[in-house]
Amino acid sequence: MLTIFYIFAVLSVLGALGVLFLRNPIHCALSLVGTFFCLGAIYVMLNAEFVAVIQVLVYAGAIMVLFLFVLMLLSSKDSEQYVNKWSVGKILAGLLSLGIFIQIAGLFTANELQLGSKGEYPLEVVEEVGSITLIGRLLFTDYILSFEIIAILLLVAVIGAVVIAKRRFQ
Amino acid sequence: MIPIEHILLLSALLFIIGVLGVMLRRNVIVIFMSIELMLNAVNLSFVTFARSLDSMTGVVFIFFIIVVAAAEAVVGLSIILSIFRTRKTLNIDEFNLLKW
Amino acid sequence: MSQIWLVPAFPLLGFILNGFLGKRFGTRFVTFVGPLAVGMAFAQSLVLFFQMLEAEGNVLNEHLYTWIASGNFEAGINFTVDQLSGLYLLIITGVGFLIHVYSVGYMKGESGYYRFFAYLNLFVFFMLLLVLGDNFLLMFVGWEGVGLCSYLLIGYYFEKDSAAEAAKKAFLFNRVGDFGVLSAVMLIFLSFGSIEFATVNAEASTRLTEGGTLVTAITLLLFLGATGKSAQIPLFVWLPDAMEGPTPVSALIHAATMVTAGLYMVARLSHLFVLAPFTMNVIAVVGATTAILAATIAITQTDIKRVLAYSTVSQLGYMFLAMGVGAFGAGVFHVMTHAFFKALLFLGSGSVILAIHHEQDMRKMGALKNKLPITYVTMLLGTLAISGIPFFSGFFSKDEILWKAFSSPFGSPWLWGIGFLTAGMTAFYMFRMIYLTFHGDSRVDSHVTEHVRESPLSMTLPLMILAALAVIGGFFGVPHVFHVIPNGIEVYFHDFFAEIPAGHGNVSTEWTLMILSVVFALFAWFMASRLYHSGFEIASGLRSKWEWAYQLSLNKWYVDELYNSLIIQPGRLLSTHLLWGLFDQNVIDRAVNTTGAVARSVGNTIRPLQNGLIQNYALIFTLGTFLILWYMT
Repeated sequence: MLTIFYIFAVLSVLGALGVLFLRNPIHCALSLVGTFFCLGAIYVMLNAEFVAVIQVLVYAGAIMVLFLFVLMLLSSKDSEQYVNKWSVGKILAGLLSLGIFIQIAGLFTANELQLGSKGEYPLEVVEEVGSITLIGRLLFTDYILSFEIIAILLLVAVIGAVVIAKRRFQ
Repeated sequence: MIPIEHILLLSALLFIIGVLGVMLRRNVIVIFMSIELMLNAVNLSFVTFARSLDSMTGVVFIFFIIVVAAAEAVVGLSIILSIFRTRKTLNIDEFNLLKW
Repeated sequence: MSQIWLVPAFPLLGFILNGFLGKRFGTRFVTFVGPLAVGMAFAQSLVLFFQMLEAEGNVLNEHLYTWIASGNFEAGINFTVDQLSGLYLLIITGVGFLIHVYSVGYMKGESGYYRFFAYLNLFVFFMLLLVLGDNFLLMFVGWEGVGLCSYLLIGYYFEKDSAAEAAKKAFLFNRVGDFGVLSAVMLIFLSFGSIEFATVNAEASTRLTEGGTLVTAITLLLFLGATGKSAQIPLFVWLPDAMEGPTPVSALIHAATMVTAGLYMVARLSHLFVLAPFTMNVIAVVGATTAILAATIAITQTDIKRVLAYSTVSQLGYMFLAMGVGAFGAGVFHVMTHAFFKALLFLGSGSVILAIHHEQDMRKMGALKNKLPITYVTMLLGTLAISGIPFFSGFFSKDEILWKAFSSPFGSPWLWGIGFLTAGMTAFYMFRMIYLTFHGDSRVDSHVTEHVRESPLSMTLPLMILAALAVIGGFFGVPHVFHVIPNGIEVYFHDFFAEIPAGHGNVSTEWTLMILSVVFALFAWFMASRLYHSGFEIASGLRSKWEWAYQLSLNKWYVDELYNSLIIQPGRLLSTHLLWGLFDQNVIDRAVNTTGAVARSVGNTIRPLQNGLIQNYALIFTLGTFLILWYMT
């Protein structure tokens, strides 16, 4: 179990690094899809099957396809300039990111990591009822308002996208 | 059981790579992808915390995050499309009109 | 339940209907609503009046709600009807109603007909608020409100420069007075801890020492307010200019009701004022001086409305003379009779002005008595009343004031003498007006002459009713010496005003003085008929003989010029050179410009930071995150 996790973890980091370092944007996108798949696998290991499924369906399937579409549609010829020259800003960006990582990692690995009280859905309950059932129940009871709002958001986004992207005829 | 520190570290690492991508890459779409990566890193920590706290709230949150991410991707990409129509480039350094 | 609130509610409703819907619904709607609102208020006032007479202590109170409650300061929307406000209610709504009806005829065909009635209703509302309020704050709301309506109505023909100027002038002069009222109210709150009239009147003698500095200051400040509103020296110059407004406005606001607000305040606070003998003397002297000054000006004016305006100032001076000598009852009595005959005279003059096509110059009138019979008779009755011809209303009230000015412990023969002279001059200039307007040869423009018609019934009916009141109104307060019927005004106001020590003088003196003033008035009438009935040889002879006096009177004692050179010009110089040239330009403007320059230079310095490169922003964003995390761990 642990070994499988480490494999997926390493693979996902590699995919992320691919986004950061590959020149061709299409390669970047594909590498990102790989990361998403790995993350989906990790979600399964964490007993979050529903999340894993929509991760693969929505992220890897829909959103990334959209990215690829746009990339191919635009097919920018200007070569993606990767950081060949080391400017001060870029060094600073690296150092700052490193600093933030160290701080977050320090927080997460601290011995006195405060996690708060336990909730009402231990592993046995989730396995017995099923995580999809539980999420559905929560979405349509406690979070029904947010659920409706998010639906409207999607609708607005769709309309907005059409309005913004359509060609304007003079 | 996987130690949660390790999963959290993974999430932090992915997040930082996303941050670096936003700051270092020039292609707008790649920057966009880096943002998606950061969102996923956060999702991962949400799931981790939800599991270790025996709670479902984090998972429900992810549901919302993914929807927002989808909406954002759609609108963002259409903006990029219309910018590309006028500027014929994806280089973010060229998109610098919005100043002063 | 007495339902006092209904009285102001009707005119307020009228204002809202006329103001917001009048334009859309047209003239007939406005004609219906405007007078009806005031008529309903009058009906309710009558009911309240009789309820008040039967009520215990002759007081009706009504608490609507608490307006302001802060610490130990409390002001409520409380209405009180007592002897004083009851009488004022009847005057305001009664005379107001008649003038509304009159306006229907007078304002016919004017543009902004609805606006006129809306303002007029609003004025009645504020005036009712002024007299009904049981505390200073509510009274002050009404006080300011009537000032506003006065401003709006004087400037009714706002496209005319002179009207706009007159409106501004009235407003500014009233502000000077309002300063006094506000300061006085604050002082009263400091010393009484309350601003209710009842408390102030009841506790005045215990809280304040008689003749002390504080009470003198309070009363003098209040009186300053009264001089503004009621057009006394030194703030009287706005009233004659206020005649730029339509004539019904002059009748209602600038003769019958609003200008008596100052008197109302003094009468309302009689218990406070008697504690300050110095103020009482000031009031009496100012009143007497105003009375005679305005009378001397009125003698030579040629504009019919100006004659009446100065006459109003003069009569208001009379009333203040009464207040100043402690004859509060007599003063209020004169307010009432004056409301009748002065409204009548103004409305009559309006009728004349309308008949000869908006000509106000008496030199272009004459011989109108056959063409305007109703106007002539009613105005003649009003003139007889104001001149103090026996058994007309003005005779009783004026005589009461003169007698009190002579006999009261606050009075003196000098004050009586001034009042006596003024009374004679009043008779003179009023009959001069009558003769110039209605008698003699016609000097009306020939092409106007054939169009001269008596006014419609809506205008003449109010004239007739007011004339009847002007004739009989005086029997409300027949002096004791006649021994016929008791003095109604004293019975009515028993125990209401502050007691003042009994005066000196006896019955035979009173008879003597009364006969003297009657004889003097008749003599003035005779003189006026000699000088102005037909042919003006004697008048012009006198004029050339006393040219300087004539000029002095014609130019209103140069008071406007005096104010101009004493206050306005120095103020202007001060403003241009010191305040504007030095302070405003060098301090304020420079401060403002410096602020702008600093902001601009700072902006110029840090502007490159905003270079439009999103990745730069992201870098700075990350730096911020880093710092926050660093700070938090």
